Amino acid sequence: MDTTDQKLRAILSDVLGLKPGQADTFTAETGLFGDLPELDSMAVAGLLTEMEDRLDIVIDEDEIDGELFESYGSLLAFARSKLGAA
Amino acid sequence: MKAESYPCPLPGGAAASEYALVFDAGRKHRVLIAPALFDEGHKLRRFTVEVMRRLDGSGIDSLLPDLPGCNESEQDLALIEPEDWRMALDAAARHFEATHVLAIRGGGLVLPEKLGGWHYAPVKGASLLRTMLRARILSAREAGREESVDALMEQGLQMGLELAGFSLSGEMLRQLNTLVPGKKVGISALEHELVGGGPLWLRAEPDEDAEQADALAAVIAVGIGA
Repeated sequence: MDTTDQKLRAILSDVLGLKPGQADTFTAETGLFGDLPELDSMAVAGLLTEMEDRLDIVIDEDEIDGELFESYGSLLAFARSKLGAA
Repeated sequence: MKAESYPCPLPGGAAASEYALVFDAGRKHRVLIAPALFDEGHKLRRFTVEVMRRLDGSGIDSLLPDLPGCNESEQDLALIEPEDWRMALDAAARHFEATHVLAIRGGGLVLPEKLGGWHYAPVKGASLLRTMLRARILSAREAGREESVDALMEQGLQMGLELAGFSLSGEMLRQLNTLVPGKKVGISALEHELVGGGPLWLRAEPDEDAEQADALAAVIAVGIGA
């Protein structure tokens, strides 16, 4: 697990109110948006702002689509691509 | 804990009676709470009251005023700007004879003039605004409508905008976008790391956390020396 992976798990833990260690069980296939009813638009918006702060990236609204939150793997790939492009 | 009210100045020189939740036993140390704003205000209200309960246990009074247009207030939020909130906090500070202020998140953007104290988990107004704009864009998209931050802001600055269920005036949007937690003499910034655990304003569902409330109240009580 690299730093980006760890930070992203920590952010999701904070948003979802997970117990310590619980986010470690996320795999690339773990579903996010559709599978987690608590992730409403306000929670997703907070998640994105927090990702910008903690990962030091800037996310453009055009980059946000449903597929981004389909699974933990897709969100992590997005975060890594942002960091790679920075 | 009891419900009180305070005389709150309104734009245009009028005044209204606004509600305040207080732990008031007429004690020497009296902490005015500048509550978190907008959606974060809802998410952090229980936590805020839990901190007040602990201050009460430490022999410290605390006072949580409703800002005009927020919570139980009957004022129209669409007519309010941040400066009105600062004036409301000033008025509450005088009415309740507060000795300190504890600002939570966005509450620290409208600190009352004369009180020293603490600002827990400071945030820029622009960050609060951006998160609300994003939430609006995301829910519009789910409904099949495309909106953009730039277009919404342009429209909002002229005509006001509804964000996350809050009607915000153009002036509110303009000021919010530029407000930053200032370095104010006598105000100590308390980063969330000091309190520990997951930040409650990020939670998808409002929650409370006894350890976080203990930690924040302890910092205040030690700082006051009660």
